[in-house]
Amino acid sequence: MQELERAGMGSVRVTRKGNNVVVLEKDLVTEQMVLAMGPQHPSTHGVLKLECLTDGEVVTHAEPYLGYLHRCFEKCCENVDYPAIVPYTDRLDYLAGMNSEFAYAIAVEKLLDIEIPRRVEFIRVITAELNRIASHLVAIGTYGIDLGAFTPFLFCFRDREIILSLLEWASGARMLYNYIWVGGLAYDVPADFNKRVKEFVDYFRPKAVELYKLLTENEIFVKRTRGIGIMPADVAINYGWSGPMLRGSGVKWDLRRNDPYSVYPELDFAVPVPDGKASDIGDCLSRHLVRALEMEESLKIIEQCIDKMPSSEGFNPRSAVPKRVRPKAGEVYGRAENPRGELGFYIQSDGKSTKPLRCKARSSCFVNLSAMKDLSKGQLIPDLVAIIGSIDIVLGEVDR
Amino acid sequence: MPLLMGNSLNAWSEALVGFNPMGLPLGLVILAAIPLVFIALYSLTYGVYGERKISAFMQDRLGPMEVGTWGILQTIADILKLLQKEDIVPTSADKFLFVIGPGVLFVGSFLAYAVLPFSSSFIGASLNVGLFFAIGIVAIEVVGILAAGWGSNNKWSLYGAVRSVAQIVSYEIPAAIALLCGAMMAGTLDMQKITMLQSGSYGFAHFYLFQSPIAWLPFLIYFIASLAEVNRAPFDIPEAESELVAGYFTEYTGMKFAVIFLAEYGSMFMVSAIISIVFLGGWNSPLPDIGSFALNAWTNGPVWGVFWIIMKGFFFIFVQMWLRWTLPRLRVDQLMYLCWKVLTPFAFISFVLTAIWVIYVP
Repeated sequence: MQELERAGMGSVRVTRKGNNVVVLEKDLVTEQMVLAMGPQHPSTHGVLKLECLTDGEVVTHAEPYLGYLHRCFEKCCENVDYPAIVPYTDRLDYLAGMNSEFAYAIAVEKLLDIEIPRRVEFIRVITAELNRIASHLVAIGTYGIDLGAFTPFLFCFRDREIILSLLEWASGARMLYNYIWVGGLAYDVPADFNKRVKEFVDYFRPKAVELYKLLTENEIFVKRTRGIGIMPADVAINYGWSGPMLRGSGVKWDLRRNDPYSVYPELDFAVPVPDGKASDIGDCLSRHLVRALEMEESLKIIEQCIDKMPSSEGFNPRSAVPKRVRPKAGEVYGRAENPRGELGFYIQSDGKSTKPLRCKARSSCFVNLSAMKDLSKGQLIPDLVAIIGSIDIVLGEVDR
Repeated sequence: MPLLMGNSLNAWSEALVGFNPMGLPLGLVILAAIPLVFIALYSLTYGVYGERKISAFMQDRLGPMEVGTWGILQTIADILKLLQKEDIVPTSADKFLFVIGPGVLFVGSFLAYAVLPFSSSFIGASLNVGLFFAIGIVAIEVVGILAAGWGSNNKWSLYGAVRSVAQIVSYEIPAAIALLCGAMMAGTLDMQKITMLQSGSYGFAHFYLFQSPIAWLPFLIYFIASLAEVNRAPFDIPEAESELVAGYFTEYTGMKFAVIFLAEYGSMFMVSAIISIVFLGGWNSPLPDIGSFALNAWTNGPVWGVFWIIMKGFFFIFVQMWLRWTLPRLRVDQLMYLCWKVLTPFAFISFVLTAIWVIYVP
């Protein structure tokens, strides 16, 4: 860290090699300029503001400012019933609403200690994994835009649209679903849903390869991301990183495997971790690679779920939904693997009310973003853009 | 004879308007300037339309479809819209620089049109140093970019302006050396003569690209450098919209914004025309005579010449767009690495090899 501090003095471009900070170039100390990047900047992914101290193009210091999208999620939760919180969770990570609902449902079900029908679990996993693919498509597409490649973005959005219409078919909404309820689902999936999902899987496989060739294997893309924004595994763990960010640093940590929930233990899928050949471990490219490879794993999960899913005969998606959610006094922390990392809900109940006493969301983006200050020191402005893009923040979840 | 026709046009214009005191055939200047302005305007109108349609085609979209059949009038609607927009000059901007910036930018790209031979009988100014003039005058564009970026008094604009200066010192050298290879093969800097030396009944076989085994190298180098010259992806570093918002023209609105775009598309066509003149025979027909089918003779002539050079120019514009919608952007230091450490040495190598080829081989 001392080297980093020193690197902050004057125009010094640095990178990391393992745990060491390597100075790439040094320049004369000239006058520094404050550059306000955001909240209305094309590549801060929403309303993040970075106040950068720059010397030429080298960022010597960057301070993230949050709160432009703060909607008092946690305070709102204290004023509504448990089931009524579900729509709010959609609006946390609005690119992966299903996953947020899933995490919340897990937390409350843990508090209530209720049994969920097996078919519900499979539908939950299918929708969550579909949404994970959709979310990664946005992440990869916008990352391409950050680096100047526009076409992959539209390819991603074309394919994402198919997922969104599938989810709309199931839930009635494109992005803010309110589909996974506490104890069940709002509705069963439509009759031909599994068939259509399977069609999508077959359609998407070659498209994912095409995307990989177009963007991930692009020489310029690799040049722009490889060795940029390196985060060593131990520092990443200390920052509390999770999800693709942590896996990008070489730590094989996936809640679907490490703290299994739902039907994930029955399913066969790999946790992709960069091997250091195609990328330097912990750099922007590794994080991108993890996302690109994870989509394939999600497709595998979906296929298995469709095969293993119990039939809909005599199935009532609301059979286990409690009429009135009034948990015993106590507290619970339920978590799930979101596309962006660990999304956890800490819920405290006083045992009398139908409203939580406290509901805290542990947001993956917020925690991942906290390393921004460290990552941005001694980077060029284009690299800073690449780093922000690789963190893949959704400001709805950062600010809550 | 094409040259005779050119001369007769000159003579005609001189007879029409007479000589002005500076000794320039004024009539020719006026006569030539008007169609050139239209060519630049059309390259903007259909350049923008083509860009949107080509990008749409590459991205599984339709592109503009509403204004006119297949949206063909979309650019005109856009220009009309831009004309109505309020012309804002920021209060803290350097007003003089801010206003002249787009003008200088446009003049820089448009002046080079003067020396482009559009057909055997149509060239704005048949200078004997035409190629040199074109290389030199294009560099004025960067003054416009710098004036626009500095005058805007915006930090992003300043970054864009400074980047474009860093870019020009990098790409100018390989670009100029690569063009010199073509000039060496012709033995002249006169664009009209360079073109005429590439004519012959075998069509494309007379083009300099196919006349020497190493010509593809300067051709490629100039093409890459010309992408940097017109700030197109992967070298759109001065405007880098995801990094610098819109770079040097962040603060521009209305017609000034449109003029900057006009300059961009104007120079896209200009570099495409230069590369086709020096390496691909300019207004010469690429079709060879096959036996008694005198394809080459049939498809050559003053009017065909305009057709061929515009087609060749559009082809390179298409390649530029193709690259733009495929490739990510390089970082500014990577561009300088590419230009100084890759393109410049290879440009020198091709220069020496071309010299050897020209002197010793035929």
